[in-house]
Amino acid sequence: MDFLDQLFTNPGITRALPEEFAATMQMVGISGFFTLLIGLPLGVFLLTSAPDGLRPMPVTSKVISGVVVNITRSIPFAILMVSLIPLARLLTGTSIGPVAASVSLSIGAIPFFARLVETSLRDVTSGKIDAALVMGSTRLQVVTKVLLREALPGLIAAFTTTLVTLVGYSAMAGIIGGGGLGRLAYNYGLQRFDTTVMVVVIIIIVLVVQAIQLTGDWAARRVDHRSAATAGTGNRLRRRAAAQVAGG
Amino acid sequence: MITVSDLRKTYRQGTRIITALDGVDLAVPRGSIHGIIGHSGAGKSTLVRCLTLLDRPTSGSVTIDGRELTAVADSEIRTARRRIGMVFQHANLLDSRTAAQNVAHPLELVKTPKADIASAVTRLLDLVGLTGFADAYPSQLSGGQKQRVGIARALASEPDVLLCDEPTSALDPTTTDDILDLIHNLTDTLGLTVLIITHEMNVVKRICDSVSLLENGRIVEHGRLQDVAATLGGKLSLALLPLPAHAPGPVPALELLLAGDIASGPVLSDLGRHFDLRINVLAGSVENLADSRFGRLRIEMGDHAPVDQILQYLQSQGIAARVA
Repeated sequence: MDFLDQLFTNPGITRALPEEFAATMQMVGISGFFTLLIGLPLGVFLLTSAPDGLRPMPVTSKVISGVVVNITRSIPFAILMVSLIPLARLLTGTSIGPVAASVSLSIGAIPFFARLVETSLRDVTSGKIDAALVMGSTRLQVVTKVLLREALPGLIAAFTTTLVTLVGYSAMAGIIGGGGLGRLAYNYGLQRFDTTVMVVVIIIIVLVVQAIQLTGDWAARRVDHRSAATAGTGNRLRRRAAAQVAGG
Repeated sequence: MITVSDLRKTYRQGTRIITALDGVDLAVPRGSIHGIIGHSGAGKSTLVRCLTLLDRPTSGSVTIDGRELTAVADSEIRTARRRIGMVFQHANLLDSRTAAQNVAHPLELVKTPKADIASAVTRLLDLVGLTGFADAYPSQLSGGQKQRVGIARALASEPDVLLCDEPTSALDPTTTDDILDLIHNLTDTLGLTVLIITHEMNVVKRICDSVSLLENGRIVEHGRLQDVAATLGGKLSLALLPLPAHAPGPVPALELLLAGDIASGPVLSDLGRHFDLRINVLAGSVENLADSRFGRLRIEMGDHAPVDQILQYLQSQGIAARVA
C-alpha cells in the first residue's frame, strides 16, 4: 500500500499540506468577503441605475456597466492577476502570499458576482416593486425589503457559485505567488512528478467545493418560500389552504 | 372625493409620440364604487400608474379629498400615496413574507410600534376572512386568499381611497364574486371610496354604483349604473344588457329597453293587446342593476304592424325603443 504509506510520510502532505490548505482558505475567505462587500452593492447599482431602474442614471450606468464590469470580466484571469501585482503591492505592501493574491482575486470576482446579483434581482417582478412604492416605500426600502429579500435564494446561489469560482482562481493565484493548494499541486505534482500529493490536493479541492455547494444549496432552500413544496411552515397550513381553495 | 380633470399622458417611443391618456375627466363621490371599464390598450394601466403617481401625468390633475396629488413635490409623493390603498391583479405579495408580514409591510415603513402592528394585522386578516392564516406563505394560499391578503395590506395604512387594478381578472368566477362582495362590504363598513379598473362587465354589474367607459385614452361614456343602462344606443348599455347579433329580415323588428318598474310590468302583452299584434320575442336580456330591473328585448310583430305608431306608443309609456 504505497499510496497509503505516502499519505503519512510524504512531507508534501504531512508538513506542507496543512499550511497551504490554510493559505487557500485565507485567500477564498478574504476575497469572498470583499467580493460580497463590494459586489452586492455594485450589483444593486447595476440594476437600479439602468434606464428602466428605480433611479435611472444613464451615463454613470453605462460607464460602470460597460467599462468597468465588462472590461474586467473580459480579461482572462491569469493575465488580470499578473497585471494587478503592482496594485497588490500598493495595498498590502507585498506582491506574494495569500493576502496579496486576495487583491487580484477580489477584483476578478467582484464584477462576476455583481452581474449574478443583477440577474437575480431582475427576477423580482416589477409588480412587487410597484406595490412597495405605492404603499410609500423609499427607494432604499424597496432595495432592502423587497429586492434583496425576495431575491435572497438567488443571491445565496450566486454567492455560492462565486465562492466555487474563487477556489478555482485561488489555485491559479497560487502558481504566481499566492501560495495555497494550487502551488502545492504545481510544485510537487508538476515539478517533482509527485503524483500522490497532486491526487490528495485534487481530492481536497473537490471536497471543499462540495462543502461550499452543499452549504449554499441548503441555505438557499431554507430562505426560499416561493413554492409550497419548499416553504418551511408545516403541512398543517398547506392542507388547510388546499381545503379552502374552493372557498376562495 | 376623487376628482380627475383633463389628465393627459404621452410617451415617446423612438420618434413617435404615443398618447395613452387623452384628457380623462372623472368624479367619484365619497363612499361610492366607480368602475372604469375598457379593453386592453384603452389606457387603463396608464391611468392607474398616473393616479398613484408611479408615472407623472403629462398634464392635468388628480385630486383626492381636496388635495391635489399632481401638485405634490417628489419628496412628498410617498406620504401622499399612503392615502391610496392599492389592490393589484396578481396581488403582488412578497413570497418571502407570511400573510401577516405582508399585511404588516406598509406599517413597518412608517415605524409603527410592534405591538400596534400585531393587533392591526390580526384585525385586518379577520376583516378579510383569513383568520388563522397569519403564518401562511403566499405559495400556500389560493388565488382568492392571496387577493384577500392583498386587500388587507392595501387597507393597513387606513386609506380613504381603494384603487383596484383588475382585482379579479386572474380569478375563477366563484372566487371573483367572493372578492367583489368583500370589496363591497368593506366599502360600506369602512366608508371607503373605491375605484375599480377592469375589463370585465360582470365586475361593474355586481358592485359598481357608477361607471366610465375608457376608449383610446378618453372617457366616452360615464354615469350612474342605472342611467347608462337606460341609454338605448349606449355602448355601456349594450354591454350591460347584451343581445346576440341581428340580421334584419323582411319582417320589421324592434329593440326595446325597459328600465325600472316598467321592466317588471306586462309590457309585451299590453302592447299586443293595444295594437292587436302577435309579438314574437327574438332575443332578450334581463338584469338587476343597482337594485332595479333592466331589460332589453328584440321583438318581431308581423308584416303589417304600424311601426311608427308603435314607437310613439312605447315612447308615451316611457319605454325606449328603436327599429332593430
